[in-house]
Amino acid sequence: MVAAHIPTGPDTAEVDQPRQSIARKRIKAFLRSPGALFGLLLFLLFLLLAVFAPQISPQNPYDLDKLDIMDNMLAPGAMLGDGTVSWLGTDDQGRDMLSAILYGLRISIGVGVVSVVIASAIGAFVGIGCAYIGGRVDSLAMRIVDLQLSFPSILVALVLLSVFGRGIDKVILALVIVQWAYYARTVRGSALVEREKDYIAAAVSFGAPRWRIMLRHLLPNCLPPLIVVATVQIAHAISLEATLSFLGVGVPVTEPSLGMLIANGYGYLLSGKYWISTFPGFALLLLVLAINLVGDRLRHVMDPYSDQNGN
Amino acid sequence: MLVFLTRRLIGGLLVLFVTATLVFFAVFALGNPVDVMVSPDADQAERAAAIARLGLDRPILEQYASFLWNAVRGDLGNSFVYGKPATTVILERLPVTLELAIVAMVIALGIGLPLGIIAGLKPSGLSGKTIMSGSILGFSLPNFWIGLMLISIFAVQLKWLPSGGRGPTVDVFGIPLSILSLEGLKYLILPAFTLALYKTSLIIRICETGTRTVNRQDYIRTARARGVPPGRIVTVHLLKNVIIPVITVMGLEFGAMIAFAVAVETVFSYPGMGKLLIDSINRIDRPVIVAYLMVTCLIFVTVNLIVDALYAVLDPRVRFSASKA
Amino acid sequence: MKKMGVNIALRAAAFAVLASLPAAGWAADLKIGFSAPATTLDPQFHNASQNIAVSRNMFDTLVQMDPDSRIIPALAESWRVVDDTTWEFKLRPAKFSDGSPVTAEDVVWSINRPATIPNSPSSFGIYTRPIVEKKIIDDRTVQLKTAAPYPLLLADLTNVFIVSKKATEGLTSDKFLTGQGVVGSGPYKFKSYTPDDRVIMTANETYWGGKPAWDNVEIRFLPNDSARLSALLSGEVDVIENIPTPDLEAVKNNKNLVVAEKMSHRLIFLFLDSGRDETPGVTAADGSPLKANPFKDLRVRKAVNLAIDREAIASRLMQGLAFPTNNIVTETMQGYVPAIKPAYDPEQAKKLLAEAGYDKGFRLVLASPNNRLINDAKVAQALAQMLTRVGIRTSVDAVPFAVINTRGNKGEFSSVMMGWGAQTAEASSPIRAMIACTNKEKGWGPVNWGNYCNPNLDAVTAKALNTIDDAARSKLLQEATQIVHDDVAIVPLYFQANTWAAKPGITITPRMDERTSALMFAPAK
Repeated sequence: MVAAHIPTGPDTAEVDQPRQSIARKRIKAFLRSPGALFGLLLFLLFLLLAVFAPQISPQNPYDLDKLDIMDNMLAPGAMLGDGTVSWLGTDDQGRDMLSAILYGLRISIGVGVVSVVIASAIGAFVGIGCAYIGGRVDSLAMRIVDLQLSFPSILVALVLLSVFGRGIDKVILALVIVQWAYYARTVRGSALVEREKDYIAAAVSFGAPRWRIMLRHLLPNCLPPLIVVATVQIAHAISLEATLSFLGVGVPVTEPSLGMLIANGYGYLLSGKYWISTFPGFALLLLVLAINLVGDRLRHVMDPYSDQNGN
Repeated sequence: MLVFLTRRLIGGLLVLFVTATLVFFAVFALGNPVDVMVSPDADQAERAAAIARLGLDRPILEQYASFLWNAVRGDLGNSFVYGKPATTVILERLPVTLELAIVAMVIALGIGLPLGIIAGLKPSGLSGKTIMSGSILGFSLPNFWIGLMLISIFAVQLKWLPSGGRGPTVDVFGIPLSILSLEGLKYLILPAFTLALYKTSLIIRICETGTRTVNRQDYIRTARARGVPPGRIVTVHLLKNVIIPVITVMGLEFGAMIAFAVAVETVFSYPGMGKLLIDSINRIDRPVIVAYLMVTCLIFVTVNLIVDALYAVLDPRVRFSASKA
Repeated sequence: MKKMGVNIALRAAAFAVLASLPAAGWAADLKIGFSAPATTLDPQFHNASQNIAVSRNMFDTLVQMDPDSRIIPALAESWRVVDDTTWEFKLRPAKFSDGSPVTAEDVVWSINRPATIPNSPSSFGIYTRPIVEKKIIDDRTVQLKTAAPYPLLLADLTNVFIVSKKATEGLTSDKFLTGQGVVGSGPYKFKSYTPDDRVIMTANETYWGGKPAWDNVEIRFLPNDSARLSALLSGEVDVIENIPTPDLEAVKNNKNLVVAEKMSHRLIFLFLDSGRDETPGVTAADGSPLKANPFKDLRVRKAVNLAIDREAIASRLMQGLAFPTNNIVTETMQGYVPAIKPAYDPEQAKKLLAEAGYDKGFRLVLASPNNRLINDAKVAQALAQMLTRVGIRTSVDAVPFAVINTRGNKGEFSSVMMGWGAQTAEASSPIRAMIACTNKEKGWGPVNWGNYCNPNLDAVTAKALNTIDDAARSKLLQEATQIVHDDVAIVPLYFQANTWAAKPGITITPRMDERTSALMFAPAK
């Protein structure tokens, strides 16, 4: 039997070895950049803060029972009615800004990550499906993708949210709708390249079922570019959510994201109550910056044309 | 060339049709315009009468059919609140937003091109690294927040520039423009800069990549070895090759700029198209919303076409092949 | 840091104001910053306050409201009630801006015209509809007849602008945007209009009220709060309406600005769904569905009324510019009951809730607009805080005005915060529109989102609306207000304040209705 000598794909034991070392090389290359390392650590810090926000926040900013309007508009460092110190001041509802930012991080990161995970899953499914099936299905799907991509995401999201109304779930839905096309296109591109490789032909000749080929062989090999796009898109999604909340079509007012906090403080800028808008603004900036630093480096490292140092 | 254009035109019309249909039905979910526009003093009879006057009592498919029929003849309906054609309402704002977008584009190219080329020529140098890190920062700053910070610094604290609105205008062929006077430009600086920041970063990245790739090519090395002065290499050989991807991306981004202008125009209360869209959504001025999205769609289709055409002119290797359609 | 920033800003502003004075020269020009853009110049096309505010500068009405919303003569120098259904108006010798005299024929034309305008999104016909017959007695006398006694005729006529028949016959509304047809007898003449940007006008030298105070008036539309204030601080405009509340303190302390404020006729209140057996936004304390609608119980409505600390809202969120109330109209209006005062007693509220069987409270979704009333979403959140404290765990659903109207008319709310300005300056205006039983034939209760229905209240109000005698009507309206209060048909919160700020040298005559116009401002003597 000849079959034993046909390489069945990169996920067999033989190919695992070089793959491991490529990954290790890439991690090493990634860590060589101080900026990327800084971004990664900063993002992990934000992630920890967001996950443990209920434990570390001085106040639960979503519990209206805990807010007191008599504490509103206090400058940073002032003491609240219940004796706790508000290090970053309070907003017009008497919300402690530090707590509000920590909880806001939860929403912003949550909305960003969840929407990207869903959108990339849909995108990967469509992309691989298109590449593998080809023909009319492929060209129809790609026309839809083109249509979607040619339209500015912020306009689409704005109209969608105006139509659907508010709620975190609806924001996520809108973000998924405007993002999935990016992934579909990216994955389709790499899947088309992979499809032509020998191991797929081998798998086909073995009579492996379609779904198995797509899932076990095509998908793992399309993941690296998908991850790169997804990383950058998380930052993009977070920014987009903030913009939409700022325009008044984002998350509910009583559960503010970072963008909503900035919008709330906007009216107070001229009167010198800078802390309401500025602190959440910096938090948003650092968060997006951290993700972008990581994403930028990832792209360099994953790029087959870049040299060993990822330059 | 003719085949290429025809195919693109048909494709464009199809996109327009799909957009119009989607948006037409989507705006129905926004709410009932009469609920918003009618005077609070109006009783049930007047409300019903207003609905009838605006033709909103007809079945939705009938409304859609007459919308399509009129659209084919170039009539996208009358704005409910302005009482005149929706396209006129939008086209009046077009120069206002274009002015902003053009100034932003000039700023982005003026800063982005040289910085990107410098970074690409010396990728490992300090200046290259700084520029590239700076561009990541430019990517990360949310548009509207930058606007807020610029207002609080330059308008509130320093009082150098106005905080918002549009400056005095000068009529050019009947179109009021504020770009031509110094006082008018003052109003454009902050919003244009805000809008330009993201584009600048984008241009820097594209230029850097392009420069690095071209720089490695043999003909540049040969030119360098033959002692062609570096200034000439950059302007003659490099720029020509770097500019193509820049034009492609900027063409696409020019349309997106109109979209991003929604946020920026809101922050600076700049009376452009973006603000019109937000206002129209708030007033449920259906004809304006539909026409707005059709106009932006048209802009996209046109810009894509121009980009591809320019591409072909600049790069003789590209022919108007069917595959570009 | 905070103080310094403001000081620098204000000092710079002061400098800008001083610097701009000589430039203005001796020509008395006025630039006003409006907070909402007029979208049409046909004064009869779209009945919306921002359009009326602009029209007032160029057009007259037969009668008008004084700053305290009392009716005074305008184009009609006098009027008399001929019988219960007939009114006679005597016109002044006034001239339109094109030089032609204002005649009784123009008045009749202007009363007939609103009903004939195509595509009008909100018709002025609601004000002219009660008039069933118009009779020209002579060039300057006109008689108007209503089908039944109608005491609100004068109040309605304050909204009907008199246009020139000659200039507007056969003219479509969109033509007005170019200035065609904008021919009125008001103090200013039309010069130019840029959509969403500005309207420029010049003095009408032939104005019946004497030479107007300003040679040139420019209205700038600056809906963005910060932009409007900065325009004043930098001297781009001379006066603005609606000072943003966050900046009120700084503006008041600014010696280079004059500030005027006045209680507005706009009442901010809560609808509570007291009519339906099941209501959409309410669940039990544990989140499970609630069988009965708690707001059907008067004790629960009273508890809500007592749970709200109106003074805290006024001082913490509105910078003192909200006037807490439990009445539905202001002191100067018919139907005001002096004895009705707001009370704040959270303990009593808790007790009432327990009595009604809600000792564990319940959950509520409170809806509110987020782009309509002053600080609307902020006030709604504060209300939610206060209701939560007495056991009604409240969340806020703040949505744009467009959405709230559609959803409200569909009956999607259990409780919603809204505002009402009594345009007729008496209590039947809010009662008829939003407290009376919904009745299509009568045209009552078109926006009764609380589904409240009390035939007794309707009867008293109907009687008042058939009473021409002012004193007798006033008493009936007070009776109606008392019913609204006793039954907590709505929960009145406060009256908004109207505010204006101007550079020194301008005197401001503040108004109760929200119609800012050039007539309110004059150069200081």
